[in-house]
Parts: sequence; structure tokens; C-alpha cells
Amino acid sequence: MSDTQLTIAGKRFDSRLLIGTGKYPTLELMKQCHEASGAQIVTLAVRRLDLSAKGEASMMHWIDRERMTLLPNTAGCYTAEDAIRTCRLAEELGMSKWVKLEVLGDERTLFPDVEETLKAARVLVKEGFTVLPYTTDDPITARKLQDLGCAAVMPLAAPIGSGLGIRNPHNLALIREIATVPVIVDAGVGTASDAAIALELGCDAVLMNTAIALAKDPLRMAGAMRKAVEAGRDAFLSGRIPRKAYANASSPLDGLIG
Amino acid sequence: MKLYVNGEPRDVEAGLTVAALLEALVAPKTGVAVEVNREIVRRAQHASHRLSPEDRVEVVTFVGGG
Repeated sequence: MSDTQLTIAGKRFDSRLLIGTGKYPTLELMKQCHEASGAQIVTLAVRRLDLSAKGEASMMHWIDRERMTLLPNTAGCYTAEDAIRTCRLAEELGMSKWVKLEVLGDERTLFPDVEETLKAARVLVKEGFTVLPYTTDDPITARKLQDLGCAAVMPLAAPIGSGLGIRNPHNLALIREIATVPVIVDAGVGTASDAAIALELGCDAVLMNTAIALAKDPLRMAGAMRKAVEAGRDAFLSGRIPRKAYANASSPLDGLIG
Repeated sequence: MKLYVNGEPRDVEAGLTVAALLEALVAPKTGVAVEVNREIVRRAQHASHRLSPEDRVEVVTFVGGG
């Protein structure tokens, strides 16, 4: 079946799954999960180097640089200023200007601070960054981020790490309707059906970390997510039947025995 | 002279370069980025950038995240 590739800022990807690097039981297992997921974009965080762990092998050792596009995040930033600073450090680290912009509003919900996110996006786009912003599932904010020049919009499905799944499919569908950039559902996915629903809604991709990393069997879940994203995308392209209130027999009504 | 590395005070010899500081910290040669007083010191400048007393140095790397 023909499909177009996921295209972000002119770069094409075969996979519509973006994957994280946090919370895995071991880095070796993480690497296996990355492979099983089929993902081609991987998120990372920027933190102070642990000066007591002298010269230890870095996270980068466990990432397949041939296949993966790095997407450093600004997780843990609560102001535009800190997020911008983190992006500049990430550029120096990763030699790339792709960033997942994430400016949080509070520690309990980890909801995006929309005002600070917009402020940071404006500066980062001007500095030539390819900005993929984590945002609320609000179509107006998504439009503003897009108008600022963000390369994608990444509305949440549910709070980060909550596994609550797609809380507001109607908002995601609205965002998909108005967006001209890719819509990547970021955060809140708990299991394969959640990922499938995101794609069935027409969203272009899904970004997840915890749902795979903290599953009892992460490797199996990575494979499940790969299939879910593919199935959801195929279902979307197939065009689902309309929902009806009443039954409609699948077998002919004519020729029933007397 | 005294300066701060990742928030912790450290005594180092006067005029130390960023490259020499990384060496002293046994930091990895690659995969780190350095900021001095909130300004990035590019890798190419590590060997020439001399640190001053009270400098606030951040040495960061990639870690796992979502």
C-alpha cells in the first residue's frame, strides 16, 4: 500500500514512531528496544556530567547514529530562558539543531507552560533551530507554534508518563485539521491501542518513552508499538466506516430459508 | 584560584584552560559541552579559552530522556 513518508523539516523518515532513552532497566535493553521499534528519531536529555563517574562511556555509545536522528529535549526547564540555554548546549553536544522544546508549568502535572513555550520557540526558530514543541492539545496554541515556524507540533495525549492514553481525540483531530506541519502525539501513551488511535485520528507520528521503557517486557512492547503505529496509519489511510447507532447485517437478507 | 564546576567550588591553578580543566576532571573527550558564565565555549575554543576566578562552569552531556 502506498503511503508518503513522514517528513519533518524536509527530512524523510520511514517510521512514524519516535522513541526515548529514559528509564530503561539497562542501556543494552534500550538499544534492543530501539531496534525493535523501528524508530528513526530518538529523544535525549541534557544534564550536568556526573563528575564522580570518571570518564564513563556516554549514552551515545548505545545509540545507532547511522539510523537515528537525535532529538535532544529541554525536559526539566520551567522558563523559556532555561530551555533556550539547554537547546544551545544540545547543539554543541549533538552537532545538530533539532530540538524537542519542552517548557513545563509545574512538577505535579508536567503540563506545558504555553506562554513560555511560545516565547522560547520564537527565539529558537530565529536562531535556526528545527523546533518540535511539546504542547497542550489546544488547536490555537498549535497554530501559533506553527505560525512561529516550528517544524512540527507535539500535543500531549495525557500527562507525561501517565499512560492514560488519548484523553481528547477530538482536540487532536482538530489540530490535525488545521496544522500544515506534522502533528506528533507526545506523552501519555500507555499501550499499543493508544498509539494506534493517535495514527487513526490522522496524526502523523507518536513519541513515547515510558510506555516501552517501563513495560514488564520492554522489548516485546517496542515491537507492539511498531505494529500499532503501522496498523493505525494503515487504518487511517483505509478510511474507516462511519459509526452508526443501529446494526447493519453483514450477511444478505435475501434467500433466507423458509 | 577558585571557580565553580557544575555548582561545586573547586580550586584550580590560575589561568587553566577549559581543555585542561576537562582533563583534570577526567571528563570524556567527546560528548560533553561546556558553558562558562552562561556562554557556550565551543569545542574548538577549549584549548585556548582561559578560565578566570569565580567562573561558573557547566559541563553537560546527553543522558536518557523522553
